[in-house]
Amino acid sequence: MIDHWIVAPVVLPAILAPFIIMVIRFHLDLQRIFSIAGTAALLVIGLVLLVQVSDGTIKTYELGNWPAPFGIVLVLDRLSALMVALTGALALPVLLYAVGSGWDRRGRHFHALFQFQLMGVTGAFLTGDAFNLFVFFEVLLIASYGLMTHGGGKLRLKAGVQYVVYNLLGSTLFLFALGTIYAVTGTLNMADLAQRVAELPADDSALIRVGAVLLLLVFAIKAAVLPLHFWLPDSYANAPLPVAALFAIMTKVGAYAILRMYTLVFDPDLELTAGLVGDWLLPAALLTLAAGSVGVLGAHRIGRLMAFAAIASTGTLLIAISLFTQQASAAAVYYIVHSTLATGAVFLIADMVMERRGGQIIAQPPMPQTGLIASLYFAGAIAMAGMPPLSGFVGKLLVMDAARDGGDYALVWSVILASSLIAIVGFARAGSVLFWQSHDRDHLEEPEEPDEDDEPVAEPAPEPNSALAFSGVFLLLAALIALTVLAGPAMRFAEATAAQLFTPAEYIGAVLGEGSE
Amino acid sequence: MSLFLIVALPFLGVVFPALLVRAGRDASASAAGTATLLALIGLLLHAPAVLRGEVITARIDWLPNLGLNANFFLDGLGLLFAGLILGIGLLIILYARYYLSREDPMGQFYAYLLLFQGAMVGIVLSDNILLLLVFWELTSLSSFLLIGYWKHLPEGRQGARMALAVTGSGGLAMIGGMLILGSIAGSYDLTEILRNKEAIQASPLYLPALILILLGCFTKSAQFPFHFWLPHAMAAPTPVSAYLHSATMVKAGLFMMARVWPVLAGTPEWFYIVATTGLATMLIGAVIALFKDDLKALLAFSTVSNLGLITMLLGFGTKMAAIAAVFHIINHAVYKAALFMTAGIVDHEAHTRDIKRLGGLRHLMPLTFTIATIAALSMAGLPTLNGFLSKEMMLAEALDTTWNGSRLVLPAIAGLAAAFTAAYSFRYIAHVFLGPKRHDYPASPHDPGPGLWLAPMFLAVLVVAIGLFSQALVGPLVKAASYAVTGGDLPEFKLKIWHGFNTALFLSFGALLTGLALLRLHGGLERGWNAMPRPEAKTIFDALLRWIAELSRTVTDRLHDGAISRYAMIFVVFTLLLAGYGYFSGTIGLPTRDVQDAPILPIIAWFCLIAATALLTFLHRNRQLALVLIGVVGLTVSMSFNYLSAPDLAMTQISVEVVTIILLLLCLNFLPKGTPVDSSLGIRVRDGVIAGAAGLGTAGLVYALMVRDFAFPTISEYHLANSKTGGGGTNVVNVILVDFRGFDTFGEIIVLGIAALVIFSLTEALLSTRVRAYLLNRKPDWPQSGDAHPLMMVVATRVMMPIALMVATYIFLRGHNLPGGGFIAGLIASIAYVMQYMASGFGWAAERQHFYYHGIIGSGVLIAAITGIGAWFNGVPFLTSDFGYFQIPPLEEFELATAMFFDLGVFLAVVGAVLLALESLSRLAWQPGMVTEHAMDINPARDDPPEAEDPAQTAVKED
Repeated sequence: MIDHWIVAPVVLPAILAPFIIMVIRFHLDLQRIFSIAGTAALLVIGLVLLVQVSDGTIKTYELGNWPAPFGIVLVLDRLSALMVALTGALALPVLLYAVGSGWDRRGRHFHALFQFQLMGVTGAFLTGDAFNLFVFFEVLLIASYGLMTHGGGKLRLKAGVQYVVYNLLGSTLFLFALGTIYAVTGTLNMADLAQRVAELPADDSALIRVGAVLLLLVFAIKAAVLPLHFWLPDSYANAPLPVAALFAIMTKVGAYAILRMYTLVFDPDLELTAGLVGDWLLPAALLTLAAGSVGVLGAHRIGRLMAFAAIASTGTLLIAISLFTQQASAAAVYYIVHSTLATGAVFLIADMVMERRGGQIIAQPPMPQTGLIASLYFAGAIAMAGMPPLSGFVGKLLVMDAARDGGDYALVWSVILASSLIAIVGFARAGSVLFWQSHDRDHLEEPEEPDEDDEPVAEPAPEPNSALAFSGVFLLLAALIALTVLAGPAMRFAEATAAQLFTPAEYIGAVLGEGSE
Repeated sequence: MSLFLIVALPFLGVVFPALLVRAGRDASASAAGTATLLALIGLLLHAPAVLRGEVITARIDWLPNLGLNANFFLDGLGLLFAGLILGIGLLIILYARYYLSREDPMGQFYAYLLLFQGAMVGIVLSDNILLLLVFWELTSLSSFLLIGYWKHLPEGRQGARMALAVTGSGGLAMIGGMLILGSIAGSYDLTEILRNKEAIQASPLYLPALILILLGCFTKSAQFPFHFWLPHAMAAPTPVSAYLHSATMVKAGLFMMARVWPVLAGTPEWFYIVATTGLATMLIGAVIALFKDDLKALLAFSTVSNLGLITMLLGFGTKMAAIAAVFHIINHAVYKAALFMTAGIVDHEAHTRDIKRLGGLRHLMPLTFTIATIAALSMAGLPTLNGFLSKEMMLAEALDTTWNGSRLVLPAIAGLAAAFTAAYSFRYIAHVFLGPKRHDYPASPHDPGPGLWLAPMFLAVLVVAIGLFSQALVGPLVKAASYAVTGGDLPEFKLKIWHGFNTALFLSFGALLTGLALLRLHGGLERGWNAMPRPEAKTIFDALLRWIAELSRTVTDRLHDGAISRYAMIFVVFTLLLAGYGYFSGTIGLPTRDVQDAPILPIIAWFCLIAATALLTFLHRNRQLALVLIGVVGLTVSMSFNYLSAPDLAMTQISVEVVTIILLLLCLNFLPKGTPVDSSLGIRVRDGVIAGAAGLGTAGLVYALMVRDFAFPTISEYHLANSKTGGGGTNVVNVILVDFRGFDTFGEIIVLGIAALVIFSLTEALLSTRVRAYLLNRKPDWPQSGDAHPLMMVVATRVMMPIALMVATYIFLRGHNLPGGGFIAGLIASIAYVMQYMASGFGWAAERQHFYYHGIIGSGVLIAAITGIGAWFNGVPFLTSDFGYFQIPPLEEFELATAMFFDLGVFLAVVGAVLLALESLSRLAWQPGMVTEHAMDINPARDDPPEAEDPAQTAVKED
């Protein structure tokens, strides 16, 4: 009997979404129930997968029963299982928030697009085929475009165009890269690629190097690494913020792909592609972190503030990845979980602020529930800036500790610490204006006139269910606390994951050897 | 009581005050007090053992891989500090209950206070420096909340931010220092590090680690030049100032220096950095304090000065100096907390803390006067009070220490600082309480209730008691703590009042007398001081921060200004550079394939491509023309596919071309005719060069790939070999699409479906804004055809409809073995429908359309997915196909494959997606009256209502 669990995270949303479109298109309540139930099921499936791989087995699933490398194969190892579970763990609270805040009713097809988006993300994490990865990149790109323009509005549509144009450039590059790699090696299966690239004659090194570096650029775009991050700030800041919260997993798709491809196929010890990756990725990651933190300090709207905080967070993650050591990769695995959950949480919190008092960081009279939201903001800021006691601090220490053995540790440390300071100051400034200055009647400011074309002619929305919305944020923060308290076990898993990444022979053997049966 | 519980109690207590505040302020305060008291009792239970020299430990693994563990230990130093934190904390909780007014959210206050208290206890009990850092930063964060507690005060907000920025940055520096220290010692456990003095001091990284750690200590303990945040933190409520800014948080830096004293102290670097900083801070703080009129500012600078004193003592690096430092930590905490509380009482009762507006309070507030006088005299260093003892020990140590070869520098400056200290202490008494009673106080001051005076009274009693019975009261504690600081045997010492007539005593008395003289001269000195230009730290700091924030904003906004062409330019240049680097840093062998001769046909196609793209470059501003040229490119590509024997690709490409061009034409309908010129010629030339380079690079890459063989046999050979036997079809392309790589296709039809859904939601979103009004009122740019539904076209399309559908079916069915398949068939069927829309109008076609396109898309994806799942029941993976051969007489044998159902899903998804996109775009063009249900259904018997007609319709009808 074949184990179909592996394909379930892709098939479940792929069935749920068309079902929503076909059958319950006009029943918002039913859509909500099915969407939440499906996302919860996705989380459960993710956890089941996580249990399945916890003993270090690598499972494969050959679609269409075609043997690898000729058909498409899904591969479940520790990293992919973790990422799928993480997707579920982020998506469920975000969805609860979107339903609770009433965001899902402000445009069409929110739930269907949400499910399609999940399908794209989980597929990208699970696939063991480079071209199939491209297909899932397309799925998540187009679905994310739909989600980010959800509800419409001039600014949002404008940002959406930039987002999709820039990412289409990336997709084009992806095709160039795949074409080059296929033309040299004659295969697309990642395990097969790893084997062939390792045996590639030196005469082909120029071309495979071009392919490898182009591919890395594609993933760097997705991960929003400087100077390829330009698509991110405007699109995240102008997207519905719950959608931006979901997008926390999107930059991780890029990070995941780098971690996967450049440990499996173009591994750091490979002479053929030596000097292509770490040499520029580390400085770029440092710049990303710095630019993100500076953006936090310079932000004048809360959505933009969080968008830059997300960039900074990715920068830290990419620092860990770009060191390409087993220890650093373990830190990266830990940080990826933290960064996803924390980024998701702060965007939801930012949406609470924005919904109640507008997005500008200026002093206005106190909003409803200001005390509770202020404490949530405080917790979220601590997590994002990497201050104790939340997992951001632990993650930062892990990254710094992992950087110690490298030659540039002084530089890495300085950038990380200085960026933290800038981010802390930025968060503190924004927070004190938003939550404290609003109590100071002598220092209130007038908001800029909103652009009239910008806002949809809103029908009076029914009272949003704020308990449900808050529960989403609470769930994410609770997950962060759990990640902090259980840092020991979490890190053991992360180290086992990194160890698996750095013995690619296991992966290759699982895919090309006996197979799953 | 376990150390874990002692640390955890304040944190556990955090929630209770906040919750209980609804039950009243007393309940809230009691909850906070109980948590603190329990922790204090737990600590005191350990005291006997610790004073005997034992070390209590509690360890639990948290993150062993990093070396970050929840290890705590309690030695003499920890006991001293934890005792101060919890003991004074208890007094503050009592005091704050009566200090805060009814409007202040008391639950929040106690919650923050306990959070801070827990963090402080955590610092002093940590046996792991990473854990210590966690608590260290927590104190910065919780003090941020406490300083900003009065949200409505701008001073509070600014002070909070400044404190966070300064102490937070110090904390970050300390992280770096601690990581270095840990890596030298090979462990992050303090006890382990403290054993590695030689290794640490010999390491080349000693100095960086020292500087980074000291940065953390100096910022926290407000040492010059980082002292400026402390006075501004006084915007906090007075209980906070008394607690954080005199007794505890600012002592954290001292604690840290004392903690690492055994391994870091004793080197010249340590001496010159620490002792000098302490010395400077002591003097500067004392001088400024004398000229502050705000009571709390005076006390704040006095605290700065005292912290400098202790720092200097620690910096000396001798054991006796360390003992003096420990003793002064106790004394200062006691009298300074009492002084802050009296300042708070004065503020509370007289509604001002401005010394210039006070005086004569002795008569009105005798109790407060007594407490304040005892504490202030102790601060001045009057014999028999506790402050005197430690100050004299300090002077003795200063006399014994040489600074850069000079024996005079230290005692001279220390004596001067002591004189100023005496002066401001006397001023605190004289200008607030002595003198004649005034009649212009903002309120009528009188002694407060016991709630406010109990706590400072207790401390004042301690001041006297420690002064008189120092050895008995605190001797063992000082000894135990000093033992922990110095990490070894202590010289014999005894705390006592009388040390005989020695230089230190003369210096001490000299300082007191000079202090009195300075107070007499205060008026004149103050005028001179005020006339002197002084750098105002807050102004500089604020300006600096504002400048950095402005710079951040400018840089960020400049970089991310939304100019997509610049973003794309950076992308292309970066890609080119890296790809070029990748290529030229590798090696490439000689071509393995010969270049073929080109026949005439490919040359024509090539020419068409070049011409079309070249023209497009120059004519692209005319949108319609651009579309035509893009069409030329598409057609040429289709024909190239055909020429290169790829009929499936050719058919797909050509139908995709038709559909996209139609959709684009629809879009052009809503756009201006031309695109504007929005960049200068220079930029366009630059972009042209970059684009040209990218194009040449791509061409070069493709060429290099084409003149070489694969390095290994490709997987496509397997596909060719197994297409018929394993996939049941002879058309390999189709078998790849629906079988070998059916999962890709599954993803792609979903992409297509999503794209249509997105187009739909976008139009919906547009139509719900003011754009709708604009669309309704817009006049077309182009002259409109008079005949909306030309007769010939309507008739032709209706005839074509069944034929086109038949073709689609044929293409669909034969797809598995011959060129065709669901995707192409879907496009052909869509074109058949699109023709109806074009010819007969949207309304007419929509009227005859009975299935929602959403549903068609959904059914397509569902059918494909269910076909895939069907394989599960066969015990094989998702999307595994099955096929068999059947014969139904009189037909010949035919093949049925499950792949056909999958292909049907593809077909439906394509049809649904294309038509939903078309329908959505058409909705934008909708205007009232333009729709008729009867395009070309000419029936004279029917009586059309005339009002819903527009000229075009009428024209049609009149035919």
